[in-house]
Amino acid sequence: MPGPNTKEKAGEIVVRGGTVVDETGERRADVLVRDGRIVAVEASIDVPSNATVLEAGGCFVSPGLVDMHAHLREPGGEIAETVESGSRAGALGGYTALVAMPNTEPAIDSAAVARDVLALGEEALAEIAVAGSITIGRKGERLSPMGELAALGVRLFTDDGNGVQNGGLMRRALEYAFGLGVVLAEHCEDTQLAAGGHMHEGAWSSRLGIAGQSVLAEEVMLARDLALVRLTGAPMHFLHLSTAGSVEMVRAAKAEGLPVTAEVTPHHLALSDASVQGYDPLFKVKPPLRSPSDVAALRAGLASGVVDAIATDHAPHAPERKEEPFDEAPSGMLGLETALAVAYGALCLEPGESAAKDAEKGWVPPSAGAGVSVRELLGWFSWRPARIAGLDEELNTAAGSRGGQGGPVRPGAKAHLSVFDPSATWVVDASRQASRSRNTAYAGRCLTGKVRHTVLAGEVVVRDGEAQR
Amino acid sequence: MSIDELLEVRRAPAARHLLSINDLNREGILEIMRLSDAFAEVSERPIPKVPALRGRTVATVFMEPSTRTRLSFETAAKRLSADTMTFTAATSATVKGESLRDTVETIDAMGIDAMVIRHHASGAPLRVTDWIGASVINAGDGTHEHPTQALLDCYTILETLRSRRGGDEPHDLSGLRIAIVGDIKHSRVARSDVLAFAALGAEVVLVAPPTLMPASLEGWPVQAAGDFDAVLGELDVVYLLRIQAERLGEVLLPSLDEYHWRYGLTRARAAALKKDALIMHPGPMIRGVEISPDVADLPASLVTRQVRNGVLVRMAVLFHLLGSGEI
Repeated sequence: MPGPNTKEKAGEIVVRGGTVVDETGERRADVLVRDGRIVAVEASIDVPSNATVLEAGGCFVSPGLVDMHAHLREPGGEIAETVESGSRAGALGGYTALVAMPNTEPAIDSAAVARDVLALGEEALAEIAVAGSITIGRKGERLSPMGELAALGVRLFTDDGNGVQNGGLMRRALEYAFGLGVVLAEHCEDTQLAAGGHMHEGAWSSRLGIAGQSVLAEEVMLARDLALVRLTGAPMHFLHLSTAGSVEMVRAAKAEGLPVTAEVTPHHLALSDASVQGYDPLFKVKPPLRSPSDVAALRAGLASGVVDAIATDHAPHAPERKEEPFDEAPSGMLGLETALAVAYGALCLEPGESAAKDAEKGWVPPSAGAGVSVRELLGWFSWRPARIAGLDEELNTAAGSRGGQGGPVRPGAKAHLSVFDPSATWVVDASRQASRSRNTAYAGRCLTGKVRHTVLAGEVVVRDGEAQR
Repeated sequence: MSIDELLEVRRAPAARHLLSINDLNREGILEIMRLSDAFAEVSERPIPKVPALRGRTVATVFMEPSTRTRLSFETAAKRLSADTMTFTAATSATVKGESLRDTVETIDAMGIDAMVIRHHASGAPLRVTDWIGASVINAGDGTHEHPTQALLDCYTILETLRSRRGGDEPHDLSGLRIAIVGDIKHSRVARSDVLAFAALGAEVVLVAPPTLMPASLEGWPVQAAGDFDAVLGELDVVYLLRIQAERLGEVLLPSLDEYHWRYGLTRARAAALKKDALIMHPGPMIRGVEISPDVADLPASLVTRQVRNGVLVRMAVLFHLLGSGEI
């Protein structure tokens, strides 16, 4: 039966010549897809007549990427992005599933708004899930109807953009959510400690004369939330962690057995606060870009398993909003189209010739000899976030089937695939982003590694780097 | 040296903009000092005006109220025979709905050679250089820098020392110990003064309660002190910064009275200074907070001299960036 987001396409596809990578391992194999499902994964597959061939020589063929943190801006922010434009950006970045964040206008705090966004997702170029807000209007005052939203398949709840300031309310929210089997996700930012800071508090903020935000704005709320998890037993996910202290706290919490997960963004893995030295609001994000030692701690946190996933925090803003002075511009940068390449450069490659020069400008070079495997990288982008977001299992709802994200790549599985070419180099062109917005921090930057093809439930949505619709 | 001689030897401007003291190296600062001397001579003529920038247009764009700095720049431009235009906005462009980019592009399109910009957000003048063709002069941006204030401060100290000693020396500030006292964290004057004083060889000590110090002084050519009284006796210049009442609301200070008690330049503290120490303030000065009313009027206070020199130094800056070398 066709699903609402992922209508299985009739026809056959052969992904030929690549290395198949998933949670179970890595092997040289071709992949045969028929009518939306994987039917064979074998060393060599004869191409049936009329089949579409996707060349994948030298590429990694993996389960489609899953972004558990995308701001698709619909409803209310269509000038910056729509579900459709955001999903196209996602498909070009290798994503087959996006979780739409609820800081829309109105917020996704009711079944009506959630249904609208899910309906928009039906024609999208990726499976669209939604996160509900924890509180009505993300105001931190009254709980959203989590039960009603959960019945629509909403698995993540967050007031992202705001931290939940009231600890008493967060306790009740966790207790209530636990009973529903859903996960609360926190944007850790204590408003009082953040004190209106626009960038990381440190040597650069002091020199530039920009109000700084202490790492404690994040860490104090994280500490409170970990205590609440300990009290309630409810699982919790931490969005876009940015500090060395946060990584250490999550490590200790996991060692203690607390049911917590954490994500980091590609930009916090690649860029430091030195990026802000030109006062360009393209580098203004929440939480702020931190020091190089924080960047190193986030990378180490992934490698050691403390951090579970990489999520984009894709945050489109109309160009004129980013042409304000730094203090006045909104926070956030695009991420979907560049995420895998940026993280690949930060985590898998060796430092290049321009590393020292890049570091001065705030581009933190990879550490020599510290490179992780592409399979590990894809785990942080695909099967791990799929599981946290509850998109791994295939669900048959009245409207059709959903989920089945994150692999493994084996016969019978839904054909959500991403093909990544690790040797391709490309220059990011802000004017050619599929997103409605242009606020990429990487414009003009030459990146290594590019998504070549994306297959959504058996439909080729990206072929040779071009969106097919 | 007459202005005509000076202009003949004057090198071509290295930079088109003045956004930070870092845009001028030590030599650049000293050139501004020499040009200011020349314009001091001009200002004593019966008609204190030269045609150096005739036909040029200087726009002052003030997105934050500041009558004194704006008048100082406009006076400087007029004494160089430039045409001036003024754009002021009590509220930010955002509040009006127009972006900063649209605002400055509109003014640039009228045909200007320089834009003097004051903005409440740090870095705004730097952003503007990406959008317009005219030279951009930072007249104070947020809590970042106020380079022409620092230049006039350097000039005022040098001029005072020379008049006391009755000669052409000194040419720089080496050997001087200068304390900057007050809200360093939020002060664009302090950020520019630190760079300028240090470039001219002075030792700089920052004096403030911990809540008004920057979070990090990494890379700053300064020492820091929390106790004003401990450093008083060794200072050649005491540079006081304005304390704004809104810092109380941000819980950075218990009260203005307590600030005055711990960091104000009281008569007792003034008496503990070296006999020939200089007292400076960028204005507007709040008597009874950072300085006692009677101390403000002592001969050691250079506050009105700073204002006069502001015009000369801004003439020098405009000429440095726009002048063709001919009068």
